[in-house]
Amino acid sequence: MANIISDETIEYVGILAKLELSGEEKEQAKKDMGSMLDYIDKLGELDTEGVEPMSHVFPVKNVFREDVVTNGDMREEILKNAPGEKNGMFAVPRTFE
Amino acid sequence: MNILDMTAVGLAAAIKNKEVTVRQATEAVLAQIEEKEADFHCYVTVDKEGALKQAEEVQKKIDAGELDGPLAGVPVAIKDNMCTEGMLTTCSSKILGNFVPTFSSEAVLNLQKAGAVILGKTNMDEFAMGSTTETSAYGVTKNPWNPEHVPGGSSGGSAAAVAAGECFYALGSDTGGSIRQPASFCGVVGLKPTYGRVSRYGLIAYGSSLDQIGPLCKDVTDCAAIMEIIATHDLKDSTSVEQEDTDFTSALVDDVKGMRIGIPKDYFGEGLDPEVKDAVLKAAEVLKEKGAVVEEFDLSLVEYAIPTYYTIAAAEASSNLERFDGIKYGYRTEEYEGLHNMYKKSRSEGFGAEVKRRIMLGSFVLSSGYYDAYYLKALRVKALIKKAFDEAFAKYDVILGPVAPTTAPKLGESLSDPLKMYLGDIYTISVNLAGLPGLSMPCGIDSKGLPIGLQLIGDCFNEKKLIQTAYAYEKARGAFGRKEDK
Repeated sequence: MANIISDETIEYVGILAKLELSGEEKEQAKKDMGSMLDYIDKLGELDTEGVEPMSHVFPVKNVFREDVVTNGDMREEILKNAPGEKNGMFAVPRTFE
Repeated sequence: MNILDMTAVGLAAAIKNKEVTVRQATEAVLAQIEEKEADFHCYVTVDKEGALKQAEEVQKKIDAGELDGPLAGVPVAIKDNMCTEGMLTTCSSKILGNFVPTFSSEAVLNLQKAGAVILGKTNMDEFAMGSTTETSAYGVTKNPWNPEHVPGGSSGGSAAAVAAGECFYALGSDTGGSIRQPASFCGVVGLKPTYGRVSRYGLIAYGSSLDQIGPLCKDVTDCAAIMEIIATHDLKDSTSVEQEDTDFTSALVDDVKGMRIGIPKDYFGEGLDPEVKDAVLKAAEVLKEKGAVVEEFDLSLVEYAIPTYYTIAAAEASSNLERFDGIKYGYRTEEYEGLHNMYKKSRSEGFGAEVKRRIMLGSFVLSSGYYDAYYLKALRVKALIKKAFDEAFAKYDVILGPVAPTTAPKLGESLSDPLKMYLGDIYTISVNLAGLPGLSMPCGIDSKGLPIGLQLIGDCFNEKKLIQTAYAYEKARGAFGRKEDK
């Protein structure tokens, strides 16, 4: 395997991805990511000098529309899906100590 | 004729002629679901009461002359990654195990306006990440042709439900082959429309630049009729395209004289099962006999499509799936210390292994220091792949090839080696990268008794050429089904 993923890298990616992996999952992730990156490295064979990165296949410009409210008040229905609710609002864990 | 043997368009006509009521059709399909679900498990949610209620309402509108479209009264199944107002929408993930949307996706609303009866939500790979429907948090779906085999994925529940007569047609979504490959494995017709044809509003995003909703159905006529209903310009999806040529049923013409069909030699190399190869080339021969101009050519870059796709799709997935944080909807872990620990624990417990694998990879390729080398590089290769297709479509109306290298593998054989599973997407994935339409339809049965799929690829917004070619082939091929059903 050409790409060796270090413990530090997996820790760092875990922070970016907001995932907490178990020891076993981390070992597996190191292996999986290494072999995927080995595979992706194949793209290095292609000369892409001067090729513009294509994020969208059609030339799309900003699409505007009038900002008009079309839906009604759905607060109750929306809050029914929330794991925590208080006084008609989303309840979240304490953010500041 | 048995109601369940009818196509969607055939059933709507029978309803219109008062040979069948919407209630009868709905009851027949619900009875089939009741009988077959234990074997195949196509659905995550079946809304029996709701379906019967809708059936009454739709019948009234048909009787009053308010509804007379080509699919009015026909029961449909929806992949569980499309929001349905008031109906559980899980994406086959634990993290959305209790999510009941407050709105419906635009494609579903369009079907309802056309008189569809929504039966329920079909099983899928979790967040559409997988090729077998085995990554679902709610059990595996089995292939109705042989329950020891997978139905394909990620729209495996939708494809299996059509094949098993547990619906008359279904909606699926296709990010790298997720409509076409299960259609191929289950012996049904599936179409991934041009990017921007069908609104993605209300489709729970996986790879936003690649995702597209499309039909899974019994024949090409159904496919064209469904497309006419779901292909609309929607201001709520800024990538939705204004379009005029949506008269897809006008392309149901049994004539391919002069149609230029290109067969990419690179699709028939190593790894392709000889039985699949023979069946696909035989289909090309049939079209040639009907007057199409068929020739081989080099598409090039085929081997680079999979690494390009997995880089881009994983990057977009890692961003799209950030919204699942245990605050506004979905699963929240029980014990936690503070906000960040809650996010991490909720996500780690709520997502399955394949989803975590792709989020990790996506976070990595987007991270500072690797963004240029991986993500931007993939977007540059995507431009080259698009160019290769542009050159091909300067010469051909339709590209013809296999959908997948093999027929449906056995359950439990694919997940142990993710890279190997990804290789199965080699013929479908570049279509998404280039935004093209691709149609999958059955063209044979292998020695194991499993269906083989034929893929037709068109240039952007050229679905009608695909439909015309598919229709002409279907006419020559004749009815398709299991031998024991005949």
